[in-house]
Amino acid sequence: MSEAQWLPIVFVGLMGLAVLLYAILDGYDLGVGILLPNDNEQQRDTMIASIGPFWDANETWLVLAIGLLLIAFPEAHSEVMRELYLPTAIMLAGLILRGVAFDFRAKVALENKRMWDHIFRAGSLITSLSQGYMLGMYVMGFEYTAEAIGFSILSALGVTAAYAYIGAAWLVMKTEGELQVRAAKWGRRCGWTCLAGIIAVCAVNPLVNPAVFEKWFTFPFVVAMGMIPITCLAMFAIVDRVLKKVPLPDDFGCWLPFVCAVIIFVLCFQGLAFSFYPYIVPGKIDIWQAASAPESLMFILYGAVIVVPVILAYTAFSYRVFWGKATELKYY
Amino acid sequence: MLDTFMLSRIQFAANISFHILFPTITIAMCWFLCYFKVRFDLSGHPMWMRAYRFWVKVFALTFALGVVSGITMSFQFGTNWPGFMETVGNIAGPLLGYEVLTAFFLEATFLGVMLFGMGRVPNKVHTFSTFMVAIGTSLSAFWILALNSWMQTPTGFEMRDGVAHATDWWAIIFNPSFPYRLTHMLIASGLTASFFIAGLSAYRLLKGDEKKAPRVALKTALVVAAILAPTQAFVGDLHGLNTLEHQPQKIAAIEGVWHTEKGAPLVLFGIPDEEQQTTHYAIEIPKMASLILTHEWDGELQGLNEFEGNHPPVAPMFFGFRIMVGVGMLMIAASWLGCWFWWRKRELPSWMYRGLIAMTFSGWIATLAGWYVTEIGRQPWLVTGVLTTADAVTTVPNTSVATSLALYLTLYTVLIIAYLRTLLVMSNRAIELEEYQSPTATAIQSSAINAEAKA
Repeated sequence: MSEAQWLPIVFVGLMGLAVLLYAILDGYDLGVGILLPNDNEQQRDTMIASIGPFWDANETWLVLAIGLLLIAFPEAHSEVMRELYLPTAIMLAGLILRGVAFDFRAKVALENKRMWDHIFRAGSLITSLSQGYMLGMYVMGFEYTAEAIGFSILSALGVTAAYAYIGAAWLVMKTEGELQVRAAKWGRRCGWTCLAGIIAVCAVNPLVNPAVFEKWFTFPFVVAMGMIPITCLAMFAIVDRVLKKVPLPDDFGCWLPFVCAVIIFVLCFQGLAFSFYPYIVPGKIDIWQAASAPESLMFILYGAVIVVPVILAYTAFSYRVFWGKATELKYY
Repeated sequence: MLDTFMLSRIQFAANISFHILFPTITIAMCWFLCYFKVRFDLSGHPMWMRAYRFWVKVFALTFALGVVSGITMSFQFGTNWPGFMETVGNIAGPLLGYEVLTAFFLEATFLGVMLFGMGRVPNKVHTFSTFMVAIGTSLSAFWILALNSWMQTPTGFEMRDGVAHATDWWAIIFNPSFPYRLTHMLIASGLTASFFIAGLSAYRLLKGDEKKAPRVALKTALVVAAILAPTQAFVGDLHGLNTLEHQPQKIAAIEGVWHTEKGAPLVLFGIPDEEQQTTHYAIEIPKMASLILTHEWDGELQGLNEFEGNHPPVAPMFFGFRIMVGVGMLMIAASWLGCWFWWRKRELPSWMYRGLIAMTFSGWIATLAGWYVTEIGRQPWLVTGVLTTADAVTTVPNTSVATSLALYLTLYTVLIIAYLRTLLVMSNRAIELEEYQSPTATAIQSSAINAEAKA
């Protein structure tokens, strides 16, 4: 196989990894932002403390994902960004608001702290909704029909529910006491919404994309594709059982909902990725048509092979440092 | 209404102008933090920890603004300038990619440990994390300036079917203007951070803060500024000579040389008039421009007449350059004067404190003016000789761009006000803290330090 053939596959894999990691990592911290309660400042402090050391690095996966799209598939990048111009701008506004609210809330006068908490939640919500909307538009092939917009709105709600779900699971793992019980309640509610969203996408996706339909319902893929919803369903059921029992004796298995949520994210991502591969813009541009020159991809690949494991290593280090229940957020 | 092209240019300018304000502080400030931290590790004196503690909070806030405005930048290429990546993506892509891979993750991940990990990791690991963040921010400047410099003076590539292909990565990264531009920018960041730290410290001292921490911070900042400011004048001159060699039209616009001439005068000030091709009310020093740029009294300077239709607009270049140099001169004077007073009297007269407060954001003015000169100076090209700005713009309707531009401008206005107000609140709060009595940190004091460390 020549370089021009395998390099795009490697890069679409790398990009997929970045998107998946972004959805999981920024997913939980966006989710925590969405869930901020109105009535309890101390709980808000703890919730934000639980994501404090991580949110910045989490967002960097988005920069890497969009960077890889830009670097490896410039043509697709242009096409996608043109189609999603306004949702992108709105998402960026949301990201900006929540990123700064995080810091401002800790440093301003007390009477303004509440306002920044509202902004933090609103920013998280705007970001999640616009990402879900963009995902919907992408699945529908950037058509601006009533059905496509309707579907995208549904997808916006689904993604938001999914982020809140993994955010609640994160809180169950990272907090204790009253807040943990509360988070478990939120998690159960979001879980059902999330499941409904996944079922909706599963139903609509093959119906609007004949290519996807064909892929899903031919042997042997139909078996694999059948496994995804069944496993997801099992995960949802396990999580729901665990959350129902929170607080657990000795906090046994507090990490289970988060791990199951991650598995759900991975499976759903697999399903979507499989549906569209090798297209990078559904039905229009495939990865070989969109790819950059092999010599450029090779140059960045050398670096990526060395640097990505290092990034994963120090990310793991950072999570180890802040292992265990979230404590009060102190500088040093 | 303006067309998509002009609106996209304004939007890009707005985004990058807002963005640069924060990295230009944080790139150098993180090295200040390393210095404070190392001094604390060596001496155990709590004033260094105090200084670290105050400035790390300012750093965190500034860094957050830099991160979020930077994410916006990474989307701009695709949303508004698709032609850029389609034509030179093979070169710009990997440079941006290396920035994300080597710099962004490094600084973002270790930032968590640096800000919140002090009680959780050994002290050495914490100091190490501070250094990692500093290295990350500087590496980020390395890669983005490699790309910017390549756009100014592209080398190491060939065009195939209208698309640039890399032939020599070394030549691409270390293109002719890169070493000068990188050095110039890093020093600019050093000066911006110095005057920022000096200004806020002066504010605290003037308001009656009698602790040692603002005094050592002020002293450190003044000394660094006194060294960097004249160095910057020297490096800037070298950068100018490099520009003369590779982009003579830029120099012609800066100097207001309308027609090629020998023994060109240095125009200190005037009002350039592009239509009549002359500078009104010019105050000139005879032959000085030729002397500076060619090192000969009668050296020949190429005029704008040789680059008709292919040179940048003169007025913004002319004024931008003079603002930058003017602020730079002021910086030399202020830092030297400040150091002199400090050396003689161990404190500054109150008018000097006021002066430094007024210069808190002088680095922003000089940095923005300098970047406008270099970026407008590349026009009408986006990548010199390869791609014009007009050819790279998107086909998105202008109403969409106007909407997003309005959104960004509103957001930026709110954020800059919030940022400045928060700095003021933080400084006022710091003034009210009690000083520690003993000169060395004890276990009890460490816990006192931690108790006050609540964000």
